[in-house]
Amino acid sequence: MSDKRFNFFAIFWGIAALLYFFVPLYGTFDFSLRMERGVLGFKAYELVFADPRFWQGFRYSITMAVITIIFSVSIFVPAVYWMYLKVPQARPVMDVITILPFIIPGIVLVFGLIRTFSRPPLQLTLRPWSTDILMVAGYIIISMPYMFRAIDVGMRAIDVRTLTEAAQSLGSSWFQVLKDVIIPNLRIAILSGSLIAFATVMGELILADFLVRPALGPYMVRIGLTKAYEPAALAIISYSLTWFSLGLLQYFSSRSERQKQQVIEE
Amino acid sequence: MSQESATPQRKAWREHPLWNWVGLLPFFLFIFIFLILPSLNLFTGAFTDQEGKFTLENLNILSNPFTLKSYIVSLQVSAITALVGGLFGFFVAYSITHGGAPRWMRTLISTFSGLAANFGGVPLAFSFIATLGQLGFVTVFLKGICFTGADGAEVCPFNPYDHGFTLYSMWGIVLAYTYFQFPLMILTITPALEGLRKEWREAATNMGATPFQYWRDVALPVLMPSILGAMLLLFGNAFGAYATARALTGGSIYLVPIAIGQQIRGDVLGNPNEGYALAFGMVIVMSVAIVAYTLLQRQASRWTRS
Repeated sequence: MSDKRFNFFAIFWGIAALLYFFVPLYGTFDFSLRMERGVLGFKAYELVFADPRFWQGFRYSITMAVITIIFSVSIFVPAVYWMYLKVPQARPVMDVITILPFIIPGIVLVFGLIRTFSRPPLQLTLRPWSTDILMVAGYIIISMPYMFRAIDVGMRAIDVRTLTEAAQSLGSSWFQVLKDVIIPNLRIAILSGSLIAFATVMGELILADFLVRPALGPYMVRIGLTKAYEPAALAIISYSLTWFSLGLLQYFSSRSERQKQQVIEE
Repeated sequence: MSQESATPQRKAWREHPLWNWVGLLPFFLFIFIFLILPSLNLFTGAFTDQEGKFTLENLNILSNPFTLKSYIVSLQVSAITALVGGLFGFFVAYSITHGGAPRWMRTLISTFSGLAANFGGVPLAFSFIATLGQLGFVTVFLKGICFTGADGAEVCPFNPYDHGFTLYSMWGIVLAYTYFQFPLMILTITPALEGLRKEWREAATNMGATPFQYWRDVALPVLMPSILGAMLLLFGNAFGAYATARALTGGSIYLVPIAIGQQIRGDVLGNPNEGYALAFGMVIVMSVAIVAYTLLQRQASRWTRS
């Protein structure tokens, strides 16, 4: 009796949620096809793909994302590894630090970065390449909570101490332990952190906007102010990118989950 | 010979516990330069005048009607979307944990929550313009519902733009933010709901409790820290958001992040140090929200641990 009533309750809220999810997505897709009066077509997409500034932004953002991921992984993997191995008492400090980007909003971080690095002695905003250093640093900070969490979860699943001692007793150096033992065991964790970092950088607006670099975010805002249909097409393109990376992430993490399950069952 | 005697000595020095912290130096150095230093710089800027002397003068920015309004609108938007998104998300999360929603619906909703909670930014604004803007899909649909009125003229009473609604306002921002707020609520509250045991409900029912009594005396007291914590997280999430509001309104709405953005572009307040105070205030609001969330989450974990 009460089960039935709750079933109705559940279905009502479930449908409401699905509508909230899908109507804007459908609306965007529908709108993106209506550029030519009376027919549905991909004209808006054609115009976006024909715009060299789109490709400039796309290339720039992808390059930044890759550089960010490389530096982010090479900063956080050794740090988390070292924390697990040698200084577990550093964990509370690391936990607080890595959550700071949630407390310091992007706009405030950018404000601080600009105030700090647009004047001597640490002037970085003078040239494009040095501004890009600042961009990468900012991206690493913004994606740090996700990257750190992903590596932390991965590191927790492996026996860091035993692996390290085994490798060292066989004559490995620190670098070899990291490269040949720890990182191969962290593949999924690094991949998931990297994919989230990738999605973050591709969609980021604030840093590129205020540091005036040609990333995808500022390009989209500019198109949004001047065009009607292209923004919808851009939104669909951007969703596809995000979904592709997050979908890949779910695929890999569920696959490794299944593998673990199999190992346990065997 | 000399090597033999040097090795233990070097080892002893290396085994000092503080030496271990040196391994974290690159990490801390990076964090210090690109996160702590910029934050400290804003902090000191907020408390010095233009000659560099200590002052509390800058905190008077709240007497500036422009900044005061931006704080009020920001707090309103954050509170409304935390409340609306929080309640909506809670009901949906309850439906997919205990409510008996069909399995396909559960899978679909939890998958989408993971995606939509990460949405936001410029594309989300574009989606809402394409859906609820002047020419949006839903607007056009609502506009099209017409019938002949009493005097024979056609009336189309459902066009939201005839009733004072506009997407490029606070309410538009609330609608757009809710898109990522309620999925975040689903993600945060689901573990707590899963900790709510079936046995508690059965025990309450066996002792003659009505559903209302069960919720008032058992479920809500257990869930309250989690619900409040999650809503605070939502509050902070909305308070710090910038890109969606910027792309939706072109920066014409008064929100704190937008005001800070204008201050970065050009000194609209007439005193850069007041801009730092504006940003500093934002960090305070965020810290309160996130710290309270962490504390409440810790309290809530008593029920989910075992």
